[in-house]
Amino acid sequence: MEKRVVFRSAWLPYVLLAPQLAITITFFFWPAGQAVWYSFQLQDAFGLHSEFVGFDNFTTLFRDPHYLASFKTTAVFSVAVAGLGIAISLLLAVMADRVVRGSVALLYKTVLIWPYAVAAAVAGVLWAFLFAPSIGIVTYMLKGMGVDWNWIIKGDQAMLLIIVASVWKQISYNFLFFLAGLQSIPKSLIEAAAIDGAGPTRRFWTIVLPLLSPTAFFLLVVNIVYAFFETFGVIDATTMGGPAQATQILVYKVYHDGVKSADIGGSSAQSVILMFIVIALTVIQFRYIERKVQY
Amino acid sequence: MVEKRPLLDFITHAVLIVGALVVAFPLYVTFVASTLSLEEVMSMPMPLLPGSHFIENYSQVLFAGSTTGSKAAVLDMLINSTVMALAVPLGKTTISILSSFAIVYFRFPLRNFFFWMIFVTLMLPVEVRIIPTFKVMADLGLLNTYAGLTLPLIASATATFLFRQFFMTIPDELAEAARIDGAGPMRFFWDVVVPLSKTTMAALFVIQFIYGWNQYLWPLLITSDESMYTVVIGIKRMIVGGDAANEWNLIMATAMLAMLPPAAVVLLMQKWFVKGLVETEK
Repeated sequence: MEKRVVFRSAWLPYVLLAPQLAITITFFFWPAGQAVWYSFQLQDAFGLHSEFVGFDNFTTLFRDPHYLASFKTTAVFSVAVAGLGIAISLLLAVMADRVVRGSVALLYKTVLIWPYAVAAAVAGVLWAFLFAPSIGIVTYMLKGMGVDWNWIIKGDQAMLLIIVASVWKQISYNFLFFLAGLQSIPKSLIEAAAIDGAGPTRRFWTIVLPLLSPTAFFLLVVNIVYAFFETFGVIDATTMGGPAQATQILVYKVYHDGVKSADIGGSSAQSVILMFIVIALTVIQFRYIERKVQY
Repeated sequence: MVEKRPLLDFITHAVLIVGALVVAFPLYVTFVASTLSLEEVMSMPMPLLPGSHFIENYSQVLFAGSTTGSKAAVLDMLINSTVMALAVPLGKTTISILSSFAIVYFRFPLRNFFFWMIFVTLMLPVEVRIIPTFKVMADLGLLNTYAGLTLPLIASATATFLFRQFFMTIPDELAEAARIDGAGPMRFFWDVVVPLSKTTMAALFVIQFIYGWNQYLWPLLITSDESMYTVVIGIKRMIVGGDAANEWNLIMATAMLAMLPPAAVVLLMQKWFVKGLVETEK
């Protein structure tokens, strides 16, 4: 799409673009270029000397069982967060769509969108407190049911904790998109199906769900990106990648290796790999948007 | 509603009530814990009704900080968070509205190149370029400064897209009329484009305020000085070790303070919030 009517000036557009370009170059292209550059370098322990090592950092990474395990952790984590988050919010949105009117509906909606305002790190702290091994109130209830809960030493429980906290925070977002999607479905379609004798369940599977599928697919990509990157705060505030790297997703490992262990080359190589993953996800998202235009 | 189904209505409300309770439970426990004394929080199980230490806990964290972890006062952190949460949306809106105006309303060499330059930044979240961005900030002397906290978060392809999309819907006749009347591009920008963009700006503001307030990784890297902590970082710094060693009542009071401003923005500006959320993602 292009504007038919435009203004003419030899210098003004460049002046208007200058602030954004200056910030983009300084804080995006310069660091990204350096990440690529460092990923081919090996630095000594004091950072005084570095040499060009080609793809060594990358081959080292793919031979490192910890790095490969981190891929698997990330896959489990993001599939769980995206799957649970989408399923739960779809259920809530379908139910909320039935009671859109009245103050009760407003109350439900207000409670359900609150977690969007909570920072990921704060969400992590809240759930870590509920599930704290010695004082947590949920731990107490679990003990009453005979569950031995201690995420500080049990890897699968630590994973469960960060999944619960991450899903809780993301439900609001998914819920609002599903609700907007549901409310844009023409009522006449639903009524026509009801007149033809289709019950609520049948209408959901044959009309509502197919019409919601673009929203659901969009949310799938967004939720995976969320699980990959934005859950950093949840993990750093709770498990910090532990116990024994059970919750060390890829982004956390970039941070851990680069900031805590000062392995610049290895961390930068991981950054470059992550960049490729983000590019792939963005391409998928945009191909989907192309498709949505035809709807 | 299409038909009367009492059983389905019952299930609907049951699901929503359970959902709302589960979602609200951590928030409620946080509030209760923030009103208890340390002994009450540590008792097993913790009481589930608010205690009598509300004023004590909140004034302790606001003015003095926790005693075991970070000793910075939360009031200073709230000020830092406010600066960040206001500077990010204001900066973003300013640079994005200018650049998208240039891209939509002018034809000039390299226009597409610049557009793509802004576009690809979508693919480079802070998280994937931690170390080099930190080095750049250190080289520029921006560690522990407000400029360092906000500038890297200001460049944003999403805001530029949002304005570009909106500008494409402004009728060409308006620009034509402005040109015939002899108005230059900047006059047109101030008198037509900016007033028309107000709703887009409001929606963007709500989303970006929350984004700025809730930033975690970036302030964690860039602030080593307690006086520059934002409140989200402050909470993390109050957690010192095993769960019995923490002053959970004070941590939870700080968590309440960290949650309230963005929650107030979301709830009070719900209309703009939903609009902003749905439109920035299109």
